Amino acid sequence: MFRYTIRRLLFAIPTLIVISFIIFALLDLAPGDPTASLPLTIDAETRAMIRLSLGLGEPFHIRYLAWLNQFFINEPLNIVEQWFGFEFSGSAERLRIRSWSTRSPVVDLIIERTPQTLWVVGMSYVVGILIAIPIGVISAYRQYSWFDQAGTLFSMLGFSVPTFFTGLLLIVIFSTIVPSDSWLWLPSIYDTTHRVVDWDSFVYQVRQMIMPVMVLALFNAAQISRFMRSSMLDNLTQDYVRTARSKGMKERVVVMVHVLRNSLIPVVTVIALGVPQIFGGAIITEQIFRVNGLGALLIVGIEAADIPLVQTLTFIFAVLIVGFNLIADLLYGILDPRIRYD
Amino acid sequence: MLSIKKLILSVVATAFLATPALAGRGSDGQLNIIYWQAPSIQNPYLSGGTKDIESSSLVLEPLAYYDENGNMVPALAAEIPTIENGGVSADLNSITWKLKSGVVWSDGSAFTSADVVFSGDYCMHPEGGCNAAPFFNDVTSIEALDDLTVKITFGVAKPYPYGPFVGTTAPIIQKAQFENCMGAKAPECTTENFGPIGTGPFKVTEFKANDVVLYAMNERFREEGKPHFSNIVFKGGGDAASAARSVLETGEFDYAWNLQVEPEILAKMVEAGKGTIVTAFGTSVERLMVQFTNPDAALGDKRGTVEGGPHPYLADAAVRKALSLAIDRQILVDAGYGAAGQVTCNVLPAPAIFASTANDSCKVQDIAQANKLLDDAGWVRGSDGIRAKGGVRLSILYQTSTNSVRQGTQALIKQMWGEIGIETELKNISASVFFGGDQSSPDTFQKFFSDIEMYTNNFDGTDPESYMGSWACKAIPSPANQWIGNNMPRFCDPAYDALLAEMSQTAAIEDRARLAMAMNDMLMQAGAIIPLIHRGGVSAHANTLKGVRMNEWDSELWNVKDWHR
Repeated sequence: MFRYTIRRLLFAIPTLIVISFIIFALLDLAPGDPTASLPLTIDAETRAMIRLSLGLGEPFHIRYLAWLNQFFINEPLNIVEQWFGFEFSGSAERLRIRSWSTRSPVVDLIIERTPQTLWVVGMSYVVGILIAIPIGVISAYRQYSWFDQAGTLFSMLGFSVPTFFTGLLLIVIFSTIVPSDSWLWLPSIYDTTHRVVDWDSFVYQVRQMIMPVMVLALFNAAQISRFMRSSMLDNLTQDYVRTARSKGMKERVVVMVHVLRNSLIPVVTVIALGVPQIFGGAIITEQIFRVNGLGALLIVGIEAADIPLVQTLTFIFAVLIVGFNLIADLLYGILDPRIRYD
Repeated sequence: MLSIKKLILSVVATAFLATPALAGRGSDGQLNIIYWQAPSIQNPYLSGGTKDIESSSLVLEPLAYYDENGNMVPALAAEIPTIENGGVSADLNSITWKLKSGVVWSDGSAFTSADVVFSGDYCMHPEGGCNAAPFFNDVTSIEALDDLTVKITFGVAKPYPYGPFVGTTAPIIQKAQFENCMGAKAPECTTENFGPIGTGPFKVTEFKANDVVLYAMNERFREEGKPHFSNIVFKGGGDAASAARSVLETGEFDYAWNLQVEPEILAKMVEAGKGTIVTAFGTSVERLMVQFTNPDAALGDKRGTVEGGPHPYLADAAVRKALSLAIDRQILVDAGYGAAGQVTCNVLPAPAIFASTANDSCKVQDIAQANKLLDDAGWVRGSDGIRAKGGVRLSILYQTSTNSVRQGTQALIKQMWGEIGIETELKNISASVFFGGDQSSPDTFQKFFSDIEMYTNNFDGTDPESYMGSWACKAIPSPANQWIGNNMPRFCDPAYDALLAEMSQTAAIEDRARLAMAMNDMLMQAGAIIPLIHRGGVSAHANTLKGVRMNEWDSELWNVKDWHR
């Protein structure tokens, strides 16, 4: 297992380098101009000067190597400096990856955005799982019952109704139709500067999270509940279940201990594979409720042709996906002793 | 006893009612503003657009603003320099600004002419990538004559010397703060760029790029009792429709900017009764540019250039005239713009003294006349209903940027042109490519490898000289000048260039207006540009918010110090 992990980690390095090159090259080749969003009243000479000041005068390979250097050496050094509070030599001259639209270091932007994304999107994932697992279990145990039918309908809805529709629907109901002095009223715009200091501010935080979290949770739950249901169905017909029952175990123990534990193995890996999506943010939902997390940052970056920002974010997502793939594989081995990679 | 109590209460009550606007600084609490494009930076000299410039106008001030009628109002200047008061030299080569005395920055230090000189140096630095650089065109020196006097000298005669430091695009930044951020260092000063110290009514307390900015009132603001709001939450992100909803329906915000929303949706939101729509018209005109040269791909390097020869059918004045006559501009306004648009027949629609009335016949659609023009010019309908002459079919490739309103306009115009036997193929290009200067892309609006293209343009401030200069012969984009220039139609007329030369030597406003109108009329009569819609800004504010004077000539937030509940 350990050797397997090491081998996989080593293999991840060339994979990531290839990915970084592809991302960099694709974005570089894609048409688009960081000065295109400037007002037309700004003349061409000024635009050319702005492009030069952004470093676009350098050839491709120089910019790529500079980016690699900044991403893999300079930024980690900065983080180490921040954490441990001492300075390496030359820390002032160390170039950082700078966003073109904000002119500030990309990594700082990402760190600033991460909390709200983790809170909202992460919470929706947790809520989604908490909804999905009971639905999946009961649907499978009472296959073709009315509950199973309702569960199927629920996941169909979650799959097929887009979040921009459910989000808007909730806003219309809870922010517009419900009067703003009612306790049912919910804010349609997420306040990222809100700080939880006491009970009231905690309540407000919960209120402003309800709508985006529920919209996303519906979507996540739809997916996971289907996995849970089919995995349960596979296990319920296994020989060991019959054995357990014939030994005279209570039905509750059979289902909740034996079947559920075994059924969770594939579901846990599916859940692990979905975690990078949390960091990716929920582009549309973040936009609707103005959560302004990592997903919104990516979209703004794309719209403004802010290539360093898009490159860095996309690459971080790639790292997370590679990482969580590995974690999912390892989890599989840990949860199911029959599976060994060595 | 009871009556005395009543009396006291009523006196107290009327005292509050009578003077809501005169209450002290910060008495109206928090103001919530939403811009659906979030500010990326607070330094307007390095900005990515209007959202940054307008949000930073809460903090940074220029020497003078433009008010809602396009008139200059002194901000940090004591008065507007003119030839009459001696502020502008008789040879038009220099302008001398007198500054208000006693102004302090929000950190308490004194505002002096050194800050003005520094701001100019900062923006004119060749490595700085300052986007307000065109405001400083032809400036040879900016010098401080004393602590409160600044002289700006130009290399040529400037009949309109109000470029530098007029309007919020080119404000004054603090020398002490930005001294170490010149040139190539400019982008590295994140703290400074995110939190500039200003002289304006507010100061930045927290900045989250592309998300939200928090402002607190500037306790040292020079006007007594202002601003009325104690702090501002400036939220960004999302889309225009939901920004409108947050003011007009849910009431979570007080002011929403640039509501490019379908007119009927906006009208429905207003019915909720929580807010008001405000519009203002500047110089923005949605127009069709007509390609005078041949965009045929077979021409290779000569494609879309004067050397490539004239356009196969758009070189015919009758066709250009018919294209304009066939368009019902009112339908375009109603369908896509509502309160944000007016029919126009000029590429230079404002200020009022510059607006020509010579072309107003275009306001009414005339299909019969358009058909007659084409018949008379020998363009005959073929079996498919499309006109042709000598093997040349009237088949137009019509391009614009990707945007739902623009695609709606395209579809309507295609139908209108169909009625006069002209076939239209529609194309839309991502705005970042269309307006981007990428040399390798064939789809930029300068290359204009199509027959008709549509977009909006305008000019800063109120003087149209450099804007009218867009259509001089030398402004034609071509491979020789890396496709730089705004003369998209490739219009070239020595008489036009002569008028332009005359304007650059003329100072009297009436004469400048006459020349600008004559140039506008030449472009319209030649059919080089087909103007469609005079576009205005549309914003919304809550009914409880007072004092908004919607402004298209400067930042919409230019008079935020006077806003109150």
